[in-house]
Amino acid sequence: MNILAIDTSSLVATVAVINEEKLLGEYSINHPRTHSQKLMPIIDELFKTLDITMEDIDLIAVSRGPGSFTGVRIGIATVKGLAHPHNIPVLGISSLEGLANNISYSKELICPIMDARRNQVYTGVYKWQDYRLKNVISDRPLTIKELMDLLIDRDEKIIFLGDGLIRYKDEISNTLGDKAIFAPQYVNMQRASSIAQLALDKIKNKEAKPQSYLDIAPTYLRKSEAERQYEEKMKRCVVHE
Amino acid sequence: MKENLITLGIESSCDETSVAVMKNGREILSNIISSQVDQHKKFGGVVPEVASRKHVENISYVINEALEIAGVTFKDIDMIGVTYGPGLVGALLVGLSTAKALAYSLNVPLVGVNHIEGHIYANFVEYKDLEPPFVCLIVSGGHTHLVHMKDYGVYEVLGKTRDDAAGEAFDKVARAIGLGYPGGPLIDNLAKKGNKDAINFPRTYLEDGSLDFSFSGLKSAVLNYLNNSRQKGIEIVKEDVAACFQQAVIDVLVDKTISAAEKKGLILKYPSLKLCTDNAAMIGCVAYYDYIKGHGADMYLNVVPNLKLGEKL
Ligand SMILES: [Zn+2]
Repeated sequence: MNILAIDTSSLVATVAVINEEKLLGEYSINHPRTHSQKLMPIIDELFKTLDITMEDIDLIAVSRGPGSFTGVRIGIATVKGLAHPHNIPVLGISSLEGLANNISYSKELICPIMDARRNQVYTGVYKWQDYRLKNVISDRPLTIKELMDLLIDRDEKIIFLGDGLIRYKDEISNTLGDKAIFAPQYVNMQRASSIAQLALDKIKNKEAKPQSYLDIAPTYLRKSEAERQYEEKMKRCVVHE
Repeated sequence: MKENLITLGIESSCDETSVAVMKNGREILSNIISSQVDQHKKFGGVVPEVASRKHVENISYVINEALEIAGVTFKDIDMIGVTYGPGLVGALLVGLSTAKALAYSLNVPLVGVNHIEGHIYANFVEYKDLEPPFVCLIVSGGHTHLVHMKDYGVYEVLGKTRDDAAGEAFDKVARAIGLGYPGGPLIDNLAKKGNKDAINFPRTYLEDGSLDFSFSGLKSAVLNYLNNSRQKGIEIVKEDVAACFQQAVIDVLVDKTISAAEKKGLILKYPSLKLCTDNAAMIGCVAYYDYIKGHGADMYLNVVPNLKLGEKL
């Protein structure tokens, strides 16, 4: 089973092709140029080098978010277009789980953080148990203070990774001291091979079922600003009545 | 070249997700338009993030419906045309990303289409024998252009708005008289019941000979009229305000268009209402003519939210 995996939830555009035996290839670019100009060219490049086409792909794994709304949408919209003509099944994977899975078989907690703007991060907490990655605190947007409050009393050390470190590394370090460990660059950002491996494992362990291109959708974890403000307004109206 | 070229057109520049299947550029096999207007009504206008979310939810369904109605499969598709600007960046990106991936997956050519050009080409879809040259007035929520179309893909922009697009003025006036969104059809409906000579709103023609437009003065005049009337306790007849405002816009549009054509015995043509809204049939039509002229795009194609008419990649 050949799996094409894609992650565009952060600034990194990353694609990989994996099967049960090996990682055939992976291409990642961490450059601020838009995903619209990075993603299809690197898929094309990787396919040409591997001498494969979409006909050779049995499943597409895609990072469904959270992350940059636009970035995630470019990934999902691209997957819909790629999968549609050949009706290739699609599996959406949490971008945070994908990040956590970059760190293999650690005894520490793993805490991916992605800058979510508005002074928040998208985060979740993961842990290896019996060589399987488990979600300990579910994916959600939090302020760094709220995240630190959740972690400060834990006994385990915590490995942090993700683009949220650019802004919050010092604050984490100051709050948690020696308990905080920061991942090295080669695994600090999104990697499509990690998304691909999760897809492979989840299908093998029957933890997830592939979806149709029709129904694969981003996980935003947040309403649009306009909807949020509209709901606030409606709440105030109810109070006034 | 094949006898018949089938184009899949994709449009997502604002709040309509539309997909069409076109035969030889001008014949509509299907033209599906999924409007989000109900989603945006409560916000009083199009919210870009909401639009983008809806586009990504809808797009594959709309593609399937377009193929089904046209009675074709992907095997019949010879090229894909997609709007890459102007429009809302997030909304454009959904259509463009899907179109690029589809073209890649199907191994067919991709053509990036200018949305404003699409509005002009809607006339080719409506009138099978129409050929350039002609003068074309393009008015919508986002743009007001007066264009001399010399040949397929060859334009001279004679005039455009210096401030608000005609449609923006409609939206703002609609809000001011409490009509809601979208302003165009609401004002038009109300205007039918009003007296278009009741209030004298200004017509802005700008300097002598200019074919540019300006609607912000008219918009302010309407707002002033409403304020003054309210202060003086004069009853506001919304129907009359709508009728007089609309007439003031129309007078300028018509006068400038006729003076741009500079000829007697003019023939007026305009597409049916469905082809005047944002739709993918017109995008597929542009793609066809661009393609037979040798234009195409590669996988680096990006959206250009402020794309101008006549700009080619
Ligand atoms: Zn338009």
